[in-house]
Amino acid sequence: MRHSGRITRRKFIQVTTAAAAGSVVGCTNKGSPWRFFTLQEGWTVAAICERLIPADQDPGATEAGVVNFIDLQLMGPYKRYRSNYRRGIQGVEQASLQKFGRAFTQLSPESQDEVLKELEQGGVAGEAWKDLSSKDFFTLILGHTMQGFYGDPRHGGNRGRVSWKMLGLPYPPIRGRLHYDLTKAEKS
Amino acid sequence: MALRHVNAVVVGAGAGGGIVAKELAEAGLSVVLLERGKWYTAFDCRKDDLRNQRTSVLGCGFGPDDERYRRVFVDAQGNERVVLPSEGVYGNNAACVGGGTASYGAMAWRFMEKDFRMRSTYGAVEGSTLEDWPIGYEDLEPFYEKAEWEIGVSGDYTGNPFHAPRKKPLPMPPLPPSREHEILKPAASRLGLHPFDIPMLRNTVPYNGRPACMRCRWCVGFACEVDAKNGTQNTVIPKALATGNCELRAQCVTKEILTDGRGRATGVAYFDSQDELQVQPADLVVVSCAATETARLLLNSSSRLFPQGLGNRYDWLGRNLQGHCYAGTYGLFDYDVYDDLGPGASIAISDFNHGNPGLVGGGVLCNEFIRLPYQFSSMIPPTLPRWGKAHKDFMRQVYRRCISVMGPAQEMPVFEARVQVDPRVKDHWGMPVARLSGSNHPHTVEVAKFLASKAEAWLKEAGAVATWPKPPRVGLSGGQHQAGTCRMGNDPKTSVVSRYCQVHDVDNLFVVDGSVHVTNGGFNPVLTIMAIAYYASAHMVEAWKGTRFRS
Repeated sequence: MRHSGRITRRKFIQVTTAAAAGSVVGCTNKGSPWRFFTLQEGWTVAAICERLIPADQDPGATEAGVVNFIDLQLMGPYKRYRSNYRRGIQGVEQASLQKFGRAFTQLSPESQDEVLKELEQGGVAGEAWKDLSSKDFFTLILGHTMQGFYGDPRHGGNRGRVSWKMLGLPYPPIRGRLHYDLTKAEKS
Repeated sequence: MALRHVNAVVVGAGAGGGIVAKELAEAGLSVVLLERGKWYTAFDCRKDDLRNQRTSVLGCGFGPDDERYRRVFVDAQGNERVVLPSEGVYGNNAACVGGGTASYGAMAWRFMEKDFRMRSTYGAVEGSTLEDWPIGYEDLEPFYEKAEWEIGVSGDYTGNPFHAPRKKPLPMPPLPPSREHEILKPAASRLGLHPFDIPMLRNTVPYNGRPACMRCRWCVGFACEVDAKNGTQNTVIPKALATGNCELRAQCVTKEILTDGRGRATGVAYFDSQDELQVQPADLVVVSCAATETARLLLNSSSRLFPQGLGNRYDWLGRNLQGHCYAGTYGLFDYDVYDDLGPGASIAISDFNHGNPGLVGGGVLCNEFIRLPYQFSSMIPPTLPRWGKAHKDFMRQVYRRCISVMGPAQEMPVFEARVQVDPRVKDHWGMPVARLSGSNHPHTVEVAKFLASKAEAWLKEAGAVATWPKPPRVGLSGGQHQAGTCRMGNDPKTSVVSRYCQVHDVDNLFVVDGSVHVTNGGFNPVLTIMAIAYYASAHMVEAWKGTRFRS
């Protein structure tokens, strides 16, 4: 441990920005197929995402790999949201138990929507929502679900480009140099 | 320890700095061009819809990175928090060679004559520091022309009767019309408006040895894969290097501007790519880091003679931070309007830039760049649920049937909308970060709402079966169109730089970027930044010949 002023300041930044995310994490997901989520968390997140973008004639969030997207990003750019997820998922389970006496994954789709609507409106009480409002958690997971479903497959979601196919975005999704005759263009 | 002395050091290789480096190098000055970001080429183009300059949820594709950069954002309630570059309120532009011009949408507007005379045209606005520029359109006209021809602009002005006087046409024709263009053009004419092709810094025919646009959907926010988009990174910076007089040092983060006991700038101190501190002495220092970082660098360059930072004797540095308040309307059509032809934006009307009853200024209205699916997922009517089956149906039914018309409302500068340096939070190199606070002016929001109503009328005339608004944002402006923090003026007590972009107190220190804008026009500002860079360079070269800067 070095003791220069600069390190202290850096430490300050780390603390304020990362919200001490790392310390919450640890190796709590042993035996889980996910990188960050525990097995049970993964099921809950899948159930939430599937209500946000449900399957119909086109695949929903789960089939599109949205949980994989979120889990992968929590190991990288979204590291700072780890504790939000850990607490938020707990909060969803508490709200579900309080309202229906069962785990979120055990509820009917209609009941799941009711829980989610309450979260979205905010003001859900409970231990988990002391530092993070249910509304903020809902907005967070909604944004990430949209990213995972409608974003580029390279980030672990939108498996098989399902959403782009649904929207009728022409294939190939990336028109690159192969489709462009540079030699022709260079003649003026 | 100091490096070899050069004539000029230019900090920031973006729209302004790239041009200054080239102009000075061609005039025979030895130049070091410092850039904190990397030098990307067309081959580094990553068409990543979650990691680019337009949608940066997973990071900014063209810098700065989330690991080493921070800012402090203070909201309207006075709550402050540390924010990352990938978060919206950071107000990011870019950090790479070319700056924002490497990945921009590339609209190439000349401001109008009244945009330089807002105060004398409209009078004072309460709560705003609205003022005339010390220079006029006529001072910049030759330099607008130079930017259009040297960097390369396509488009067609002839349909726009409101444009300011100009001598030469644009060097390239517009792209062939897209489907949106064909739908919107006759509708605008029926309304008595004057539609025309948006001027763009984009090749539509081979130009400057590079090919024409291939019309892909990955444009604004991305580097161009075929190098058809013209920025400083593929025009003036290579020219500057070709003179042999200019050295580009990328991944070098400037720490402070150094001054001597006589109050003259002597060079800069910067951290190189290995985080080693270097000192680059120079006769002349040019700061071109964009409105936020330029203000921060000047504030961080305090010394005994300049305890409040350079150019801040009268507390004007960092104030009047502005950008554009965007608002507009989405229109739903009962047939497919999506044709997958980039860049998307193609048609504009300038009927509402000035002369709007009861309003100060206005803005140009354009159809939008192509909305990628994730971006589109939040562009929903306010009555629609944000999720569930209804949202998915909306995406499926509307994505290919929606046209969006938006406009940048000219902002009323606000003294309290400002950049400071934070007293506690430091970046990776131990330097105080920018602290952003304040909000846009209520009248700006009114102007934006007016623009949105005109966009709605245009879309309805074009046959939209439903419309919904993109409401203006109340809050601090800045971001990619950031400007205003080093106001240009004749009176040192109410401005930071002179009419030649020279910092009032320090005559061998220049600011050349959007910071000097007194007002920011109702247009995307980049061509004006470029014109000012040519204009200020011409002054520097002339003064140099009179050996004004030789110490």
